[in-house]
Amino acid sequence: MTYREAIRAGLREALRSDPRVFLMGEDVGRYGGAYACSRGLLEEFGPERVRDTPLSESTFVGAGIGAALGGMRPIVEVMTVNFSLLALDQVVNNAATLRHMSGGQFSIPLAVRMATGGGRQLAAQHSHSLEGWYAHIPGIKVLTPATVADAKGMLLAALQDPDPVFIFEHAMLYPMEGELDEDAGAADISQARVRRQGNDVTLITFGGSLPKTLEAAEQLASLEIEAEVVDARVLRPLDISTFLTSVAKTHRVVIVDEAWRTGSFAAEISAQIMEQGFDHLDAPVARICAAEVPMPYAKHLEEAALPQVGIIVKTVQGL
Amino acid sequence: MKAAVAVEDKIVRVLGEGGEVDASKDPRLSDRDLLTLYRAMLLNRMVDERMFRLQRQGRIAFYIGATGEEAAIIGAAFAMGEKDWVVPCYREFGAAYVRGFTLRDFFCQIFGNAQDLTKGRQMPVHIASSRLHVLSVSSPVGTQIPHAVGLAIAAKIRKAKEAALVFFGDGATSEGDFHVSMNFAGVFRAPCVFLCRNNQWAISVPRERQTAAPSIEIKAKAYGFEGVLVDGNDVLAIYATTKKAFEKARSGGGPTLIEAFTYRLGPHSTSDDPHAYRGEDEVELWKKKDPLIRFREYLEKRKLWHQDRETKLMQDLNEEILSTLKEVEQIPPPPPESIFEDVYAVMPWHLREQRDQLLRWLEERKKITESY
Repeated sequence: MTYREAIRAGLREALRSDPRVFLMGEDVGRYGGAYACSRGLLEEFGPERVRDTPLSESTFVGAGIGAALGGMRPIVEVMTVNFSLLALDQVVNNAATLRHMSGGQFSIPLAVRMATGGGRQLAAQHSHSLEGWYAHIPGIKVLTPATVADAKGMLLAALQDPDPVFIFEHAMLYPMEGELDEDAGAADISQARVRRQGNDVTLITFGGSLPKTLEAAEQLASLEIEAEVVDARVLRPLDISTFLTSVAKTHRVVIVDEAWRTGSFAAEISAQIMEQGFDHLDAPVARICAAEVPMPYAKHLEEAALPQVGIIVKTVQGL
Repeated sequence: MKAAVAVEDKIVRVLGEGGEVDASKDPRLSDRDLLTLYRAMLLNRMVDERMFRLQRQGRIAFYIGATGEEAAIIGAAFAMGEKDWVVPCYREFGAAYVRGFTLRDFFCQIFGNAQDLTKGRQMPVHIASSRLHVLSVSSPVGTQIPHAVGLAIAAKIRKAKEAALVFFGDGATSEGDFHVSMNFAGVFRAPCVFLCRNNQWAISVPRERQTAAPSIEIKAKAYGFEGVLVDGNDVLAIYATTKKAFEKARSGGGPTLIEAFTYRLGPHSTSDDPHAYRGEDEVELWKKKDPLIRFREYLEKRKLWHQDRETKLMQDLNEEILSTLKEVEQIPPPPPESIFEDVYAVMPWHLREQRDQLLRWLEERKKITESY
């Protein structure tokens, strides 16, 4: 099963099992979603529950907040993180604050899904990796499913959560094949996970950079360096303890994050490791991030801007 | 004066400026309801006056009132059902009040004390009550409008006979959220009532600088539903129009935009001095159209009201305001560590850690202070 099919399976299961769940966004109905995640669901559940909306990000996120307040469990699909900026007020000033500012009177059980990341030659305005920005905001949860199992399990977990949950699906992952236990329900959304065991170095990553990092770890193994790969999975609230356990074992850390380096989520992970795991470190924490430029279109330029397997291998060797 | 002509042409009015009633449009409220409305409007006015004084005395940080707009706010809320939602802007204490939000609730909120429903986290007058279906106030202009549409869509999906009323000002009609929400509501025939309090001024910017259109209500036409222009200083016209809009919404007729043509008699908030941007002559003109005076003249004509009752009610309300204030001012603030609650339904580890850190620091500070 592919990552995309796993999301669809999650959507279908949610729509079947909970009458409060409905999906809305741009092109989610007849078209089946810009990334084909909801294909076939309109036919199964009808236009009220799989709802094509007018093209306005601030309104489908804002109306999603309203519908959640009104007793529903809306899933809002924002086509990509790039366009989610048109809804940012609804996220930062509303979804994230209403529980707190109302003194705990209001709950917003809203799930917002969007594609993120570069690598498909779509230039800067289609290639941002802003999940780290979102992770800056208290009051929301930020998930970055990087496996087929998480693609479904995290969506189901988001729908059980009483708070607004933002799910960032890296666009390069949609066709990825992987294992999925059909009966697996909601995934844990509180912990990071070790995806590969190793004793020599800890590679911390999330989302679309996980496959690249695992590949780099395989190459490193052939060079007799055993890398432990930790998938952060949940950027907010962040599970730092899994990182620290690994660092205590390997004493070396490289963080792979497709976002821009300055002020990146990699910087946050690095800071927390220094604060709480300084004594375990034998080398400075290293970061591999995207070049700090708007993502270019041409293939070789885009490759030059993005973190690559070779760079991960080289960086680890240089530690 | 193009705008003024357009307004007079189609404005819905039940009470003339001398309090005479147009019997054909009279919503025929009971005497009791009429007096309830009047009492709420007068209370709102008196609370505004008292709170401005309190802010000047430094007892509260901020206040934003409804002076001149009481009819538009209270009349509309009075037309709603218990299960309907009010999505307020920031002048709608009166709307919450007629739904059961008490003066004490309001004052606790303004002082941000331990009994404030918003737990000291919101600016004064930014009220919220889930029990009364009054949504939490959002300060960024117009961002509450899509929430009302979402609430309305939720009601429609649940097949509940509920609707949402959202308040906003004339300034908000320049925001994208106003337009996209109207469009959304139109497409889905959402049971949503949009109520624009056109009080002519968005802080210092006049209505003419918000739109070149002759009125705000005509904007509904572009989104495929009805707009109604109402005399916002006529509480019965507002009540009747809102009631009708709700009946339409509940029976599947879709949304309505109501433009309540009114005037902000006071400053935008305690942070504003309107003398910098508008003339007294304009204000004087609108003072003659004061919604309270007009309604009182109507009640007097109906023999429901006279000067003695007015004097007595003012005394009673003043006493109620002062005694409630006195009690509320004694309530302590919420404990500092409470800031970490309600960020999430369940407090995550990092907030527990930050809370414990704060508590340790407070304990230490206490020791240092005591040692002096």
